[in-house]
Amino acid sequence: MADPVLQIEDLGVRFHLKRGRLTAVERVSLTVNRSETFGLVGESGSGKTVTARAVMRLVPIPPGEIFQGRILFDGENVLDKSEAEMRELRGRKIAMVFQEPMSALNPVFTVGSQISDALRTNLGMSKKEAKERVIELLNLVGIPSPESRYGNYVHEFSGGMRQRVMLAMALSCNPSFLIADEPTTALDVTIQATILELIESMTERFHMSLIFITHNLGVVAHTCDTIGVMYASHLVELGTKNEIFANPLHPYTQGLLNSIPRLDTQAKFLTPIKGLVCNMLEPPQGCKFNPRCEHAMDICSQEVPPLKEVAAGHFVACHLHP
Amino acid sequence: MSDYFLEVKNLTKHFPLNNDLISRLGGKTRTLKAVDDISFFIKPGETLGLVGESGCGKSTTARLITRLIEPSSGSIYLKDDDLLSFLPERMLDVRKTVQLVFQDPYSSLNPRKTIMQILSRPLEVHNLAKGWTAKRRHVLHLLRLVGLGVEHADRYPHEFSGGQRQRIAIARALAVSPQLIIGDEPVSALDVSIQAQILNLFRELQEEFNLTYLFIAHDLSVIRHISDRVAVMYVGKIVETGTVDTIFENPKHPYTHALLMAVPHADPLKPPPRLTLQGELATPVDPPPGCRLYGRCPIATDVCGEVSPELVDRGGEHYVACHNI
Ligand SMILES: Nc1ncnc2c1ncn2[C@@H]1O[C@H](COP(=O)(O)OP(=O)(O)O)[C@@H](O)[C@H]1O
Ligand SMILES: Nc1ncnc2c1ncn2[C@@H]1O[C@H](COP(=O)(O)OP(=O)(O)O)[C@@H](O)[C@H]1O
Ligand code: SF4
Ligand code: SF4
Ligand SMILES: [Mg+2]
Ligand SMILES: [Mg+2]
Repeated sequence: MADPVLQIEDLGVRFHLKRGRLTAVERVSLTVNRSETFGLVGESGSGKTVTARAVMRLVPIPPGEIFQGRILFDGENVLDKSEAEMRELRGRKIAMVFQEPMSALNPVFTVGSQISDALRTNLGMSKKEAKERVIELLNLVGIPSPESRYGNYVHEFSGGMRQRVMLAMALSCNPSFLIADEPTTALDVTIQATILELIESMTERFHMSLIFITHNLGVVAHTCDTIGVMYASHLVELGTKNEIFANPLHPYTQGLLNSIPRLDTQAKFLTPIKGLVCNMLEPPQGCKFNPRCEHAMDICSQEVPPLKEVAAGHFVACHLHP
Repeated sequence: MSDYFLEVKNLTKHFPLNNDLISRLGGKTRTLKAVDDISFFIKPGETLGLVGESGCGKSTTARLITRLIEPSSGSIYLKDDDLLSFLPERMLDVRKTVQLVFQDPYSSLNPRKTIMQILSRPLEVHNLAKGWTAKRRHVLHLLRLVGLGVEHADRYPHEFSGGQRQRIAIARALAVSPQLIIGDEPVSALDVSIQAQILNLFRELQEEFNLTYLFIAHDLSVIRHISDRVAVMYVGKIVETGTVDTIFENPKHPYTHALLMAVPHADPLKPPPRLTLQGELATPVDPPPGCRLYGRCPIATDVCGEVSPELVDRGGEHYVACHNI
């Protein structure tokens, strides 16, 4: 049975900038169930990180503004919580792994002391307990000789090892929900493979729900149960992994899949999506994809297509599928 | 006459690390073997894909071939000419034949110059167009070749998206009518829908001008798509080279194998990615004798720790450097 942990309903986030008003997330609705792995894909600037940060209430306000919608976590609206309640939620229940570990870890403290400080603040552990737990965690995420690595600084770790440290930090408070924002994008494929395996085994072992953000459709093809595709601030398609890959319905999803060079055969030319991503300060009217879409009709430049269920569990926002 | 457009023999670039802390404490200079005795060739009109993980020496190889840096030893032949024997004046000619396109179009285009000025510059340096009208005509032609228009000529780089800037960088390379283009990760920073457009552009230009490419990437699907032949690099060494079908369908070297197993296919029906090697990347600093993969390799034997394997010809343009194949 579906057991929703996170329900995002009609979320809208915008930024008030000198250059104008930028809507980064618009009418986004999605649900993540217990123990489910949800892959959020889309090209850069489509609104993936802002969506994730809204869940954590980490969107900078101002210039940001969450102008509509609800984010229910375990049935309670995150947007109604006080800052103290949010700190508690972030420490204990939801954790996030960022693309660039250097920005999340402090370079002047040892890695071990940073994680143990978090444990002492969030879980009230003693100094000794916390240190033992950190070593256990570093071991869990596959850092060799964790006792001696405890006292190292971030710059003494390689890219892959930093991502392991980030994961250890995220897991430290036994979260039931993990958000991983492009955790492997900056890594080489062999390191990516080990990190993906690690995340998968951790979420399974601790029955965690996971939002996995990436622009790499190869990565979601193997790590996720459900996939949401974002384009220019909108969620344009949502469905099970197999449905999205076998039967993509939104012209953008189709274009994205056609753009990827294949590993098993060689084609002379690829079939790219024409044109460029729209300027988010002056997006087109109607469907944001209409200037690039081969199937665009009159209505497409007038009305934003709503996300509709076209088959069980398969949602599409496109006027071709009314 | 050489059959090859470019041939690289025993090319080596060692960086002495005499200023780093560990070298000073130890009282002796350590050596970073960025490129260590590599050999390969590229035939006219073909694309050689050079693939490997970050730090394995791909950019250093590109910089050596364009003589942006000088090798520690080895030779580079451009058709029948020994490139390293050229004096600076002749290098200007070589720069007309060989052009480099970088990964980062943001930093390779001068932000204070218009596209017109950026693209006229190589024409001036190589004396290819005299007078304003001739230059402008030439530049507009270049812009059309890369899918941009007249309206773009008088704008500045910051007014363009990443993909468009890469088109401008390609137009600049084309300005001197080169025969060999070295692309150092030219699509790595682009989103996939734009990457596909630029990959197609590389193909179209190759057909139109019979260009030869050395195409560097770390993304194996890009390499599979664009290459005729592939060279796989690991920590300063080429471990395997062969036709694109051989490398992807019948790889022999344990490292090539591992790389291919680690790539996630955009197809849930294919097996998930996994790593068949132990541990992390080896270091290029004072590497121990023997194979660079020793210590990670699942089929290593004692000899691997002592003797560095040479590339051995296995027929059909397939070369593998491994003691146990
Ligand atoms: N703090 C911010 N201030 C202003 N604009 C922002 C901020 N964060 C994100 N944006 C804008 O919001 C849009 C979506 O960004 P983001 O969610 O980071 O995209 P993605 O993660 O999909 O690459 C982009 O146009 C981005 O420039
Ligand atoms: N000027 C330099 N001085 C010292 N080391 C260098 C220099 N240039 C490159 N290196 C080192 O050489 C190795 C190969 O680098 P590079 O050719 O840039 O790799 P790739 O392009 O495959 O990522 C790396 O370890 C890098 O740090
Ligand atoms: S709504 Fe119209 S423009 Fe948008 S994807 Fe569908 S057909 Fe294309
Ligand atoms: S030479 Fe030995 S260590 Fe190197 S790849 Fe071959 S078997 Fe492995
Ligand atoms: Mg992001
Ligand atoms: Mg490089």
